[in-house]
Amino acid sequence: MNTSPFFVKPTPLQVVMLKVAAALLPAIAVYVHVFGVGILLQLLLATVTALATEAGCLKLRKYPLKPFLSDGSAIVTAWLLALSMPPLGGWWMVVLATFIAIAVGKHLYGGLGQNPFNPAMIGFAVMIVSFPAQMSRWAAPLALPGVDLDAAAQIAYIFTGSLPAGLSFDAIASATPLDMVKTALIQHGHLGDVLSGALFATGGWLPSQMGWIALAYLVGGLYLLASRIIPWQTPLAFLAGLGVLAGAMHLYDPGHYTSPVFHLFGGAAMLAAFFIVTDPVSGPTTPRGRLIFGASIGVLTYCIRVFGGYPDGVAFAVIIMNIAAPFIDQYTQPKVFGRKAKQNDSRKKGAKA
Amino acid sequence: MSIMSWAEARDIIRNSIWKQNAGLVQILGLCPVLVMSSNIVNGVSLGLATSLVMLVSGAAVAAVREFIPNELRSPIFILIIAALVTMVDLLMNSYVHDLYVVLGIFIPLITTNCIVLARAEAYASKNGVAHSALDGFFMGLGLTVVLAILGAGRELLGKGTLLSGIDLVFGPAAKSWVIHVIPAEWNYQFLLAILPPGAFIGLGFLIAGKLALDRRAEAKARLAAPQDATLPEKQAA
Repeated sequence: MNTSPFFVKPTPLQVVMLKVAAALLPAIAVYVHVFGVGILLQLLLATVTALATEAGCLKLRKYPLKPFLSDGSAIVTAWLLALSMPPLGGWWMVVLATFIAIAVGKHLYGGLGQNPFNPAMIGFAVMIVSFPAQMSRWAAPLALPGVDLDAAAQIAYIFTGSLPAGLSFDAIASATPLDMVKTALIQHGHLGDVLSGALFATGGWLPSQMGWIALAYLVGGLYLLASRIIPWQTPLAFLAGLGVLAGAMHLYDPGHYTSPVFHLFGGAAMLAAFFIVTDPVSGPTTPRGRLIFGASIGVLTYCIRVFGGYPDGVAFAVIIMNIAAPFIDQYTQPKVFGRKAKQNDSRKKGAKA
Repeated sequence: MSIMSWAEARDIIRNSIWKQNAGLVQILGLCPVLVMSSNIVNGVSLGLATSLVMLVSGAAVAAVREFIPNELRSPIFILIIAALVTMVDLLMNSYVHDLYVVLGIFIPLITTNCIVLARAEAYASKNGVAHSALDGFFMGLGLTVVLAILGAGRELLGKGTLLSGIDLVFGPAAKSWVIHVIPAEWNYQFLLAILPPGAFIGLGFLIAGKLALDRRAEAKARLAAPQDATLPEKQAA
């Protein structure tokens, strides 16, 4: 049952977007601690590109600039995208990704509220399909021995691609935990000792320090849940779908399938759970639909991670389920309070007639 | 008087190339269009092969249309088309073998290309030989133009070249004809444009572009005839 239509003051979009951005702040802080200030530059580049692209598109479509630019939705898209791209990727990568997300993923479909796909995930998917090598060159956590890049060097690297003398990119780059596990499985057929490597040791009980960032996303997400910005169904179903499947597979063969903690705190799972699958535009709107939607993305993410060709599968899983969202909505309409489910099933009535 | 007036021929050509363009308006034969448009050479080769088949199949179907029982027309059309495609297939295998290897299964598959059968069914079975041949050929050319533009766009965006693979048609000497719009030593690559999604996105942009041009022409025509200008505008509003 949904709440009755009592009078409520709808939260303005601007406030929603501001709260979402605020919920990302703890994760950004941890990110800076783990990988350095490069991410701040990426966020800035993404924000500027998003606003410029949004303004350009609005102008072409003859819409007023101010109300749409100030609603903050473009900035949230830009931040999500910047946070999912490699922290030391070249400046053009995040700029191109954000441009595609806003221009193709959002405005070609009719702008805010009309996009069938999550714009940030469209931008990410285009990049990972087009530039697989550059997109998998992740920076190494600063805590690793030998990784020593100060802020100026990071910024210089993002803009020019050149490192200080005596440092090769291999010294400061590292595969992501998901990538490492995938490579180990392809090379040896079992996990072996990959999980006890130096990268994983930096994180304590979490899979590398990237797990810390995931923990910070969880904190921000819980704030959004508490302030009722996002519904509880989608994140819970997503985490359950991913975690239960990972747990079952891990129990079946621990030497081949990593633990649910690894899957929940690795890659983009936490970011996706609270900030991406909860996108109100491209997901279903019924409570039951949200459960189905979230769980399906979780299962698909696991399948793409473990059985697919890409190290992380969140973006593709989200895009695939975005296509199914209207379909899910149609078949999960809640019954009107006070009526029996069957009487109200206009769909069946229509089919008989 | 000849068998066809100029006005008639012009109508057929305009209809085939623009108004009912096989790739952009009828959206028939989508599968080869999407697969073979990764560069100009592939696209134009397949387009020309299809045009040739459509030219002859249009004429052949029109020539025998009086003798074909209505119930059996589809199998007979397909037999005619398949025979013609086999000829093209063998010809390409012997004269442009390298290209034949690249185009692969899509040459024999011209048989099942919807646009060939669609024109046989919708036009050639109801019109004379000359009209049908002209219609078939220009329908094929319309498709070729779409393949060429889409191929050029995808190639340019994806690899920064134009006419890559031209040596498959004109021999190794033609290798230097490849135009590197973006210098080869930059190693430019944008895989998405080359991969299948690029074909869908590119075709979408082409269809949108054609609609935009049509609308603009319509608006211009309306301005040119101001006395009817009020009514359609009101309807649009």
